[in-house]
Amino acid sequence: MSTDAADYLDGNAAAGDLSKIFAVDVTAAQGQCANCGAIRRFAEAHLYMQAPGVVARCAVCEHVILRFANVGQRVFLDVRGMSYLRLEI
Amino acid sequence: MAGAALLGRRVMWRVGTVVALHDETATARTITFQVPDWPGHVAGQHVDVRLTAPDGYSTVRSYSIASAPNSDGYVELTVERLPNGEVSPYLTQELAVGDRLELRGPIGGWFVWRTEQTEPIQLIAGGSGIVPLMAMIRSRVSAASTAPFRLLYSVREPAAIFYRNELQTLSDRNHSVSIAYAYTRAAPKDWPRPPSRIDAALIANKTWPSNLAPTCYLCGPTSFVESATDLLIAFDNGRDKIRTERFGPTGERK
Amino acid sequence: MGTISRGFTGRRSSADAELPPGQYLTTDFPVLSAGPTPHIPLDRWEFVIDDGANVLRKWDWKSFRDLPTETITVDIHCVTRWSKLGTSWEGVSLDTMFADVKTDASHVMARSYGNYTTNLPLKDLRNKQAWIAFRFDGKDLAPEHGGPARLLVPHLYFWKSAKWVRGVTLMHQDKPGFWESLGYHIYGDPWREQRYSGDE
Repeated sequence: MSTDAADYLDGNAAAGDLSKIFAVDVTAAQGQCANCGAIRRFAEAHLYMQAPGVVARCAVCEHVILRFANVGQRVFLDVRGMSYLRLEI
Repeated sequence: MAGAALLGRRVMWRVGTVVALHDETATARTITFQVPDWPGHVAGQHVDVRLTAPDGYSTVRSYSIASAPNSDGYVELTVERLPNGEVSPYLTQELAVGDRLELRGPIGGWFVWRTEQTEPIQLIAGGSGIVPLMAMIRSRVSAASTAPFRLLYSVREPAAIFYRNELQTLSDRNHSVSIAYAYTRAAPKDWPRPPSRIDAALIANKTWPSNLAPTCYLCGPTSFVESATDLLIAFDNGRDKIRTERFGPTGERK
Repeated sequence: MGTISRGFTGRRSSADAELPPGQYLTTDFPVLSAGPTPHIPLDRWEFVIDDGANVLRKWDWKSFRDLPTETITVDIHCVTRWSKLGTSWEGVSLDTMFADVKTDASHVMARSYGNYTTNLPLKDLRNKQAWIAFRFDGKDLAPEHGGPARLLVPHLYFWKSAKWVRGVTLMHQDKPGFWESLGYHIYGDPWREQRYSGDE
């Protein structure tokens, strides 16, 4: 099963929405993929925004590292796909 | 300002007024907004623009800020009109001076160039990816920085170049901003390189050698950014020295 | 409501048709995706009905395409508020695929290549309400729209119509799939505007 190369954005595109959740900029944060262990800046994550929610995938293994959805007046956030996100505060 | 950008009140929706319009090419237009209470921005950041129809339907797009940091609340965006775009035809053809739009920003803390940086900078632009990189060049000029900058700007053809006159003036006058163009569909008469995508030879001849440890900023369509990244890594640039911003397959981020 | 942008209408058209609450009509077909488009070679494609432990029925592409098909025209409604009316599909009814399946399961989890999941009551897959669709608008279903085959359940919000479907797992209790576990409604009836969890 092969996949298309070019149909994603990157972590920068989610920064506006994530600024409502995180008090600091998240694009510069380093995160570790819980699936393959790759450590990358969140800015490099492959971002799929054309959906009922936003899905960020590991640039190395495409596993979902973070996803969120604006549902009405709430935001649902799932970060189980990262072992950690290292934020400079 | 070193360290993290604490966001707080910085990132909220504000209403900007269009004060000027300027066509860069047949399909791209620069829009200058005046935004009261604009908190300022750093080169490389972007804004989200929200458009609302009278019946309440709304949609949001991201656009990189083209203007250098300034304290007068001016935010310039350069928008390329996409053939089937929902928003870009409106912004490039309908929007008029005096109109008001909602902007949220400035957004982004990784894909930025700060005036305190002194190391060599390699900018690589694919098409409309030039916009945030132009903000970096303008920021360098307005801060009178001496950081050595190189720009590799890949476009389809000469008529597609944004900021042509300004880039020409910069490269004539200021030898520490050196500019190389790469044409992918049609080159000027007598151009030494036939139209083609960026490749290893171009990287070898027109970009900073990796042993100078440049910080590299790459922006454009996703596939362009991926190819350029792979090339820079093949030339021994460290992954953490390469910062990228992808515009998606068509160049419109949504 | 945000500041109105003078002269902006977006890419929508007016219609006389009645739409579910909160929806706008569209004439194009937006591609919404949570991940890369998978490309599944037909000689490896399969559709499996299982109960979590055992495979109950399985089809490869050839045996699937030997099944009787139907052409249907339906309206589709996406939770992101666009609706597209009169879309034409060809597919195999889930009634056909469940014909020899005996089960007392109450729900299913539809599973896709690329690992997307969505849950539905089993009864919503039956009684001419659901298809495995492989043609859209007279042409083979394109990969970006879920080809070679997708689930089609038009009476629910379109996130339930799983693209790149590879099977359904029978369940004795409901469990949330990909979007249902991120704040979206467990059932998703557009006519009752069941977008988010907690909506009545």
